[in-house]
Amino acid sequence: MIRRVLPHGLGRGLLTRRPGTRRGGFSLDWDGKVSEIKKKIKSILPGTPCDVLPDTSHLPPEHSDVVVVGGGVLGLSVAYWLKQLENRRGGMRVLVVERDHTYSQASTGLSVGGICQQFSLPENIQLSLFSASFLRNINEYLAVTNAPPLDLQFNPSGYLLLASEKDAAAMESNVKVQKQEGAKVCLMSPDQLRNKFPWINTEGVALASYGMENEGWFDPWCLLHGLRQKVGVFFCQGEVTRFVTSSQRMMTTDDEMVTLKSIHEVHVKMDHSLEYQPVECAIVINAAGAWSAQIAALAGIGKGPPGTLQGTKLPVEPRKRYVYVWHCPQGPGLETPLVADTSGAYFRREGLGSNYLGGRSPAEEEEPDPANLEVDHDFFQEKVWPHLALRVPAFETLKVQTAWAGYYDYNTFDQNGVVGPHPLVVNMYFATGFSGHGLQQAPGVGRAVAEMILEGSFQTIDLSPFLFNRFYLGEKTQENNIM
Amino acid sequence: MSLRLVAPMWNGTRGIHRLGGAVVPEGNQKKERKMLQFLNNHFYDVEALRGYLLQREMSKVHLKNRSFTWLEEQHGPYSAGAFFILKQGGAVKFRDKEWIRPDKYGHFSPEFWNFREVPVEAVDASDCEINYEGLDNLLLLKELQSLSLQRCPHVDDWCLSRLYPLADSLQELSLAGCPRVSERGLACLHHLQNLRRLDISDLPAVSNPGLTQILVEEMLPNCQVVGVDWAEGLKLGPEEQPQDTASPVPA
Repeated sequence: MIRRVLPHGLGRGLLTRRPGTRRGGFSLDWDGKVSEIKKKIKSILPGTPCDVLPDTSHLPPEHSDVVVVGGGVLGLSVAYWLKQLENRRGGMRVLVVERDHTYSQASTGLSVGGICQQFSLPENIQLSLFSASFLRNINEYLAVTNAPPLDLQFNPSGYLLLASEKDAAAMESNVKVQKQEGAKVCLMSPDQLRNKFPWINTEGVALASYGMENEGWFDPWCLLHGLRQKVGVFFCQGEVTRFVTSSQRMMTTDDEMVTLKSIHEVHVKMDHSLEYQPVECAIVINAAGAWSAQIAALAGIGKGPPGTLQGTKLPVEPRKRYVYVWHCPQGPGLETPLVADTSGAYFRREGLGSNYLGGRSPAEEEEPDPANLEVDHDFFQEKVWPHLALRVPAFETLKVQTAWAGYYDYNTFDQNGVVGPHPLVVNMYFATGFSGHGLQQAPGVGRAVAEMILEGSFQTIDLSPFLFNRFYLGEKTQENNIM
Repeated sequence: MSLRLVAPMWNGTRGIHRLGGAVVPEGNQKKERKMLQFLNNHFYDVEALRGYLLQREMSKVHLKNRSFTWLEEQHGPYSAGAFFILKQGGAVKFRDKEWIRPDKYGHFSPEFWNFREVPVEAVDASDCEINYEGLDNLLLLKELQSLSLQRCPHVDDWCLSRLYPLADSLQELSLAGCPRVSERGLACLHHLQNLRRLDISDLPAVSNPGLTQILVEEMLPNCQVVGVDWAEGLKLGPEEQPQDTASPVPA
């Protein structure tokens, strides 16, 4: 046993070595030891007592390579892929800033949790396919030693999209694109529909597309939890209130002067206090979901004369959507897919006990006020139930059990995501605006943004149609199959 | 007769493979686990080693499930699929022939390479490590009538959603003892309309075996669903004799 000479006054705690506890934190009463040390220092030093070692454990670190604004599934996915694809282990410090650690208003937790490949854009189909394989192999991607394997509660029941006469041609061409990209979708006529799903009333249905594999719904909390527990990323609870930028005037090739900005500091304000921490950073990722426009405005995006690149705002706004849960004992059986009606109403089974959940996207003029997440039950009575009862006669007798509301980070321009860097604020990357299908595309988008940051271009799935430039150039990347 | 209702206890998966899920440790094993956990949290080397070993286990499974579809042009789909099953340790039965099984050394008779046009009727893949990718090879056997996936540790709900191409021919399916199959995967079996016998006994991941059985029977009206009594999940009180009143009394 090595004897050490211990100086008096500073306590034994400071000098004894503990077995490699760097990972687990100082678990042997560190707080108690620190307060002892502070008392001793105060008694030794002359003058007015001051807080010699202020407690900053709740604040984020002062420097971070990447700051991800928003701790939902998209932000965590980008953080995860940044750590996966970095060249050196521990080479990047990634900080995820989330304003609300209870995720009470976050779109991820309130989501219906569906995943489907039935889109019209090939990029969307590719993203969904990759996400399906990510979820399938989630225990290989998100394996943490000593933690139990993740159970996503995935229901591989598929999506059934119904089309009326006027949408039938579009559906056929969509299915062709989907099959080309590798999705397992098949078209069904009304007779085949009645055969397979006898509880459907096929009045008004001309064509249906049914996804056979890789489609269904799962538990988004589990994915969130799995991404969070994968170590290597710093988490901090706080609100981003300010970006400190530095700008540079540059000349473009067309001899135009352009001001390029770069964010070098992020001010993170703590909850219920005025205290904030300036975090020096190299890259900022805007994954704030429904509130992305506010974060973009903080960086000065959109402050300029309208019609110019400086004046192009991020067109993402929160839209409230309702989800209702009802009980119907004679309803469709175990094989029910997620059915999306011609009117836009959708429903799916929930669990084994004849419970179903569903909703409908309101028309533009009926958009509810997104100021809060209160549920409008009349909306169900007037706008959702009639369509459901028409499509599935068994739903004429149902009893609503509960309902909730959540936000879509709705892209008012073309209802598709915004991915990639901003042309003028050079180190802000977007991963937002997915208008209701963010959850199912999160793994793919996270990987794409990480590749953009680390390699400079999209490597696996080319998401160039989703760059910010299209808002200024006016080129819509329209997605036709939004629910 | 009184039934004391006791919530069914799930004792953790009886997964053979470490990847299959958490195995409930008992006694000595618990102490070892705690020690391992402590070492893991405090030393990077231990963590890296465990991570490496886990990766190695996973790549072994991937290797077993590699694609044999390239054999299809040369030997036909039936022989290619049969080869995959036999390599895994399962048994195949060609139409009008005997069962071919590998012996305890893993060797099997190469006569099936000649059966180019003879379809495979039955496959017994019990205890094999087939996973989602390996099903590519199994689905080459287009005229399969009987499939047994008993106690396969990697067959989960995703795999069940892939079985629909066999809907025309498959008449018998057994999933008994698969630790990862839950009622959500069983919901995709409705494509298999020609199924006459389905065995879903002893599925630890199914939350409500009795109710699931009823729902599956409704979903597949022409199929005999074997495995679970409707009274499963209701335990008899200790003073009662276990009577055979589980099946409905015939009129």
